[in-house]
Amino acid sequence: MGSDLFYMLVFPGLAFLIVFSLLAEYVDRKLYARLQHRIGPPWFQPLADLIKLSAKEEIIPQQADTGIFKFVPLVALAAAATAFLYIPLWGRRAPYAFEGDLILVLYLLTIPTVTFFLGGWYSRSLYSMIGAARSVIQLFAYEIPLFLCILAPALLADTWSLSSMTQYYHQHPARMLLNVAGLGVCLVAMLGKLERVPFDIPEAETEIVAGSFTEYSGRLLAMFRLTLDVEMVVGATLIAAVFLPFGLDLPQRLGAAWGGAAGFGLYAAKVLAVVCVLSVLRTVMARLRLDQMINFCWQIAAPVALAQVVVDLVAKGLLK
Amino acid sequence: MKKPGKMLREVLRSAVRKPATVLYPYVKVHMPAQFRGRLRFYAERCIGCRLCMKDCPTDAIVIRTVAPKKFEADIDLGRCISCGQCVDSCPKMALEMTEEFELAQLDRGKLKTTQGAPPTETHAQAPQPSKPGPEAANKSSGS
Amino acid sequence: MHNGDEHVQIPIGPQHPALKEPTSFTLTLQGEKILQMGVRLGYNHRGIEKACEGRTYVRALYLTERICGICSHSHATCFVQAVEEIAGLEVPKRALYIRVLISELERIHSHLLWLGVAGHEVGFDTLLMYTWRDREIVMDLLAALTGNRVNYSINTFGGVRRDITDAQKAEVLKGIDALEERTKYYIGVATEEVTLIKRLRNVGVLSHEDALRLGAVGPTGRASSIPRDVRKDDPYAAYGEIPFEVITSDCNDVYGRTLVRVGELMESYKIVRFVLKNLPDGPIAVKAPRKVQAGEALSRYEAPRGEDVHYVRANGTDKPERVKVRAPTLANVQAVSKMLEDRYLADMPIVVAAIDPCFSCTDRLISIADDRGGSGVLFWQQLREYSIHWYQHHGIDFTELNKTFRRGEDA
Repeated sequence: MGSDLFYMLVFPGLAFLIVFSLLAEYVDRKLYARLQHRIGPPWFQPLADLIKLSAKEEIIPQQADTGIFKFVPLVALAAAATAFLYIPLWGRRAPYAFEGDLILVLYLLTIPTVTFFLGGWYSRSLYSMIGAARSVIQLFAYEIPLFLCILAPALLADTWSLSSMTQYYHQHPARMLLNVAGLGVCLVAMLGKLERVPFDIPEAETEIVAGSFTEYSGRLLAMFRLTLDVEMVVGATLIAAVFLPFGLDLPQRLGAAWGGAAGFGLYAAKVLAVVCVLSVLRTVMARLRLDQMINFCWQIAAPVALAQVVVDLVAKGLLK
Repeated sequence: MKKPGKMLREVLRSAVRKPATVLYPYVKVHMPAQFRGRLRFYAERCIGCRLCMKDCPTDAIVIRTVAPKKFEADIDLGRCISCGQCVDSCPKMALEMTEEFELAQLDRGKLKTTQGAPPTETHAQAPQPSKPGPEAANKSSGS
Repeated sequence: MHNGDEHVQIPIGPQHPALKEPTSFTLTLQGEKILQMGVRLGYNHRGIEKACEGRTYVRALYLTERICGICSHSHATCFVQAVEEIAGLEVPKRALYIRVLISELERIHSHLLWLGVAGHEVGFDTLLMYTWRDREIVMDLLAALTGNRVNYSINTFGGVRRDITDAQKAEVLKGIDALEERTKYYIGVATEEVTLIKRLRNVGVLSHEDALRLGAVGPTGRASSIPRDVRKDDPYAAYGEIPFEVITSDCNDVYGRTLVRVGELMESYKIVRFVLKNLPDGPIAVKAPRKVQAGEALSRYEAPRGEDVHYVRANGTDKPERVKVRAPTLANVQAVSKMLEDRYLADMPIVVAAIDPCFSCTDRLISIADDRGGSGVLFWQQLREYSIHWYQHHGIDFTELNKTFRRGEDA
């Protein structure tokens, strides 16, 4: 029971996740600024933003449904944080792994998007409702490529558990290269899930002010923003676990003390590398329109993901 | 050829260069020479014709007679738009624009300044504008 | 909104992140499609035309300059040209060339600013940061030449106020070389960055006939193949002697407007180089009388946004009798409704930004046809009492707030 509480609240649970998310947000914003030839915020900026938002007054519109309005940020944060418990970090086993946790993680990651929709819809404000609708329409577009390219490596590894999958690729490292196309599609689909440029249509500042978050302020907005950062870390960790599962036995090879530090360092490097790639993608592209994004996802991303599935099925057959 | 990420090389190059941002106010910024900033009044040259007052678009300058042939200028920095028309209108080159631009104050009263106190030693050595500048040579107002 | 039958009316403005200046657009949407658009101007109206009537010509000059920050030299030059025509002044050649130099530098500054704003409206903030960084080059040049980064005040009746030294000429040429290289890069970005092209192409389509009918001017019209440019059709200042091309495009959409503007940037560099090479010697101004003889004049100028028209009527005193300003955005804003017919909500910010709106220049009093009939005139004090009464009627009382403000004023 004690160790359970430790896993859920401290490591790799809420405390570690929040600290690491704030660090990831800092890296993202600093890199974004440097790429634009600017200076960028200092290291404590994400924490300062969180504290400032928490100290502000919460203004809830009169027509909004107060219960749902206040409840959904909590649900979003909880879902994103829970998904983290099932993804193996640098050991070869996540704290609560079980056969089928891959599906659970994918569904837990869908919940924040649904909460953005609910929060925006029940704000009853024009801009929020448009943003909420866009959130869900975007979900239909990127979800299939995302699911397919995460399921493809699982097909090859013949398991529905993330931890067993990383175990499999650890034993057969060369087969990671079969999933390169999936990595590309997953990065693009992750941009859609995280609602970042070129897919930040639900939150297009120049069109609908702030989309679903227009009416949110104070602690509720702080929770939503934290959810976005946590989702980014969880998504990056998922990509690292599914497509980059190398060096996972460093803790064993280097002994107790150094092993832990090296393992953590490698994990952090992988996640921050994924965050950097997402940042660079954010910098060099413009925002697409909703219909253009749907066309792109269904005409390019989904076929490549399907091709990846076929490749993995064929490989599985050949390697048996 | 149309592809996404055309600016990739440029942004990666910028990431390793020094940022273009100037960390003002920790780093001082200097305006070029002949920048139109704060107005400066040379009381010893003023003859009290008040052409500057006539032409000032915002009535920011008021010339007061404090003694026969001695004048002081009340300049309201809150109203002055640093257009320099008074400099052009003055027949005796008693007004000059300096490059000082950091004129913000927290108290509106502090923006009302007065220049032209009795000349001290430093004022007596006030530099003449060395040659009639282009502005002074073409006073198209005043006939 | 999602049954497909419901119409939603959403307000874009007066305060909205997409708009740089307050305007009220009311969009009627069905889902993401725009069915109808209504425009209301007047939020930036400051009564400048009336204010000019009570001021001497010299004071009014500085007022017209401040109609807008980006088109400041345009309005000042247009006004000065009108008055010089009434007074019959012969402006020396050197002054005309210097006016052209500052005009073109202002055009460069404005088009680079527009590139950044267009990038921002489609979510491409990187383009914003880079173009505005490069814009600093031209702002520093203007600060060195004229004494200020905006509101250059280089004009005076009868010529210009400042001359240009050889050292400054060399600085300008160096700056123009750097900017030309950067502009070539931006042309590359505009023609090759696929996400940007997707947002600009086939958006805000305005056919040639519609552009002629609605009276589009400037780059908006030139992007619909209307080859009208006041610098060529009715040369003012020294443009009659300077060779340059009028850039048009037959794309009829926002992409065409982008191409026209970057093409004009390249032409401006050529004009600046020609001006600096062929700057005639001579005086930079003639003496202008304080009292302008009776008469009237209409003056046209090609501002970065299009054709700017000033009308001045003088009556022999030292104050103008009537000044009228027709800014280019007024001619272009009527085309926006046509451009947005049957388009998506996501296109609205970029289509509005593509006409390069400057509502500060445009704003004027709007008289709304009231079906209740009747009209009236309220003086300032009556208007104030009316508004206090209206708010009290709706349950908002400002008396406490007013007491705090009055205490601050006495300090």
